[in-house]
Amino acid sequence: MQNVMGIINLNDGQDFLKELTMGRPLAALPFGGRYRLIDFILSNMVNSGMQNVGILVQDKYRALMDHLRSGKEWDLARKRDGLFILPPNQDPCSSGGCRGNVENFYNNLDYIESSRQEYMLIAGSHIICNLNYRKAFKFHQDMGADITVLYKEYDTEDELLQYAILDCRSDGRIINMGTRLPRTASYKASMEMYILEKGLLVKLIKDCQAWGGWDFVKDVLIKNVGRLKIYGYPYKGYAARIDSIKNYYRHNMELLKPEKWEELFFKSGLIYTKVKDEAPVKYKENARAFNTMIANGCMIEGRVENSILFRGVKVHKGAYIKDSIIMQKCEIAENVIIENVICDKNVCITQGKWLKGEKSYPLVVTKGTVV
Amino acid sequence: MRKKECVAMILAGGQGSRLGSLTQKIAKPAVPFGGKYRIIDFPLSNCHNSGIDTVGVLTQYRPLALHSYIGIGSSWDLDRRDGGVYVLPPYAQEGSAEWYKGTADAIYQNLNFIDMINPNYVLVLSGDHIYNMDYSLMLEYHKKQKAEVTISVIEVPWHEVSRFGIMSTNEAGRITEFAEKPKEARSNLASMGIYIFNWRILRKSLEEDRKNALSSHDFGKDVIPKLLADEHRLFAYYFKGYWKDVGTVESFWEANMDLLADNPELDLHNPDWRVYSVNATRPPHYVGPTGIITRSLVGEGCSILGEVDHSVIFPGVHIEEGAKIKDSIIMPYVTIGGHAQIYRAIIGRKSLVEGGAVIGSASHGGICVIEENIVIPSDVEILENNIISKQKQVG
Repeated sequence: MQNVMGIINLNDGQDFLKELTMGRPLAALPFGGRYRLIDFILSNMVNSGMQNVGILVQDKYRALMDHLRSGKEWDLARKRDGLFILPPNQDPCSSGGCRGNVENFYNNLDYIESSRQEYMLIAGSHIICNLNYRKAFKFHQDMGADITVLYKEYDTEDELLQYAILDCRSDGRIINMGTRLPRTASYKASMEMYILEKGLLVKLIKDCQAWGGWDFVKDVLIKNVGRLKIYGYPYKGYAARIDSIKNYYRHNMELLKPEKWEELFFKSGLIYTKVKDEAPVKYKENARAFNTMIANGCMIEGRVENSILFRGVKVHKGAYIKDSIIMQKCEIAENVIIENVICDKNVCITQGKWLKGEKSYPLVVTKGTVV
Repeated sequence: MRKKECVAMILAGGQGSRLGSLTQKIAKPAVPFGGKYRIIDFPLSNCHNSGIDTVGVLTQYRPLALHSYIGIGSSWDLDRRDGGVYVLPPYAQEGSAEWYKGTADAIYQNLNFIDMINPNYVLVLSGDHIYNMDYSLMLEYHKKQKAEVTISVIEVPWHEVSRFGIMSTNEAGRITEFAEKPKEARSNLASMGIYIFNWRILRKSLEEDRKNALSSHDFGKDVIPKLLADEHRLFAYYFKGYWKDVGTVESFWEANMDLLADNPELDLHNPDWRVYSVNATRPPHYVGPTGIITRSLVGEGCSILGEVDHSVIFPGVHIEEGAKIKDSIIMPYVTIGGHAQIYRAIIGRKSLVEGGAVIGSASHGGICVIEENIVIPSDVEILENNIISKQKQVG
């Protein structure tokens, strides 16, 4: 897939994660004990053999730049191609902000046009999976498709309101597409990953600019359903959509099922992330960990149950952590009890405090808070 | 290249034959340590943390694993435009090709490398000690004393003096006497095998040593005693802190166990003194509903469903339900089957201990060593003090 350039578009206009995305883009949200959301899509692209990846960033992207730096950890610090951050145009006169997720494509069209690759793979960062794109790319070529949309079939009552629903013929050709299509017993929801030729992408983006539509789904895809050969490619593996605090919490917790852990971290390649050189986890005399995922650099003296601990967390004597997500460098002091809590980075819960949220509404403690 | 103040030379060619099967396939500095590291991470990280950015690593015995591990040195931030890490194996010259015949000879054969750097000082280190040390403080001391050679020393228990090179000093710290492995000593200050030389003195004494047919070309046995006899300014630098020569299976095992103390002397968690290493690309480890871990170090990518007490578990290890592990070191990617029992053992990389097997004994017996890639069948019981290698398969 050296002939495919990856574009990760972070302008997904999602602020559903409130406190957690206050100071960082969704793509830089910590996930799974030592990762950030963007690690998954980046690793998938690299593991599929892609060597040129552009990231269209929108705002608050300092945290993301700090995480990605040269792209070395994903083997993307290359002499030619490699990792590129494509920033938005900042027009001091306009106060309206971004008009839609096509705008950044338009602003960086030069870079896209001058790439050596003939094909483009476009994706967001908030759908997490371990996926090799080779088969989807072959499907795209075999079908002679103009655009291939990756989708996942659901038969649950999952509320996937903000995703486009596809209506496909048996050969995969999409005949209808929309966010408000009636949901039948099983329905196909877009994974917001698209494969198409570079020339076509450039043309479609220019069309958008000419006609004044700025939404990729509405103005690039839905408008062209009849006119272009748009195909759906089914992805059958595990996928987690991080689009609300509730789902963020739920999908983190799913990693405590060994089969999910195995699939997300090992199935078709390893997931790379920024290395922190933390020591192995130190368990002390009274430590008791139970159905829990713990990252390096942690020090465990208390009791941890059904939880996820990120790098460098300290759990002191007598502390009890249950059904919680504790991010990097938090400190949980002696005799603290917390349940259904998400602690953002550098939170300190002082001695003896009790904090409790609900599974359907976990309590979020914002970055750097001392409770 | 820009002139450097100090270059470090790490002697990493040793076979470490007393580590037995642990160094069958790899050089001693490449032996895994502490649930994540390899022994050479300690001197390399010390160099980085002390601000030394030009390091030569002298390799010889089974260097493949070591070379590929060090790479271009990026893990220790030693991939530098000016300087960085240089791997220096022995090489052939016109008319001859020879191995490094001793520690001094190894440096002698790389005089051209040091000439290229042209430093003021040369720091000679050994690639098989476990310790955190700020070499810049030692260099400051060296300069303050106007020394020609400074040797780092540490107090050792009196009953162990016969294992070390022992120094006697005057009040100013100047070395007055040096005895290699003495039966009776007047001091308990042992050389740590860490030397700072003024480059000119080192060059001259190595050239002289080379010409001496009776010399064994060793720093401790030949070069240092000669410099002392010639009344050069040799000073001892007192190091306080954790330092361990992991030369034998017992001391290797002990050094690992030392990390499991409540507040270990060797601090791996100090954010201001990171020990760097090549990181395994693995997710955080998972402790299952039946897993119990106490007094242990556990690396990334493990899944622990059994009981682990007072042990060091490297990345990618699977321990199934009902297995019991105590006082042991489990190397990377080992699988331990359900209800297996392991006591006081070192299980080599990628080995498989099938369910129900018993290795070692819970009482204070000798240490069992299982080499890498070995399968221990379920019905086997291996007693204490055993070494299981490919040549001596069981089952």
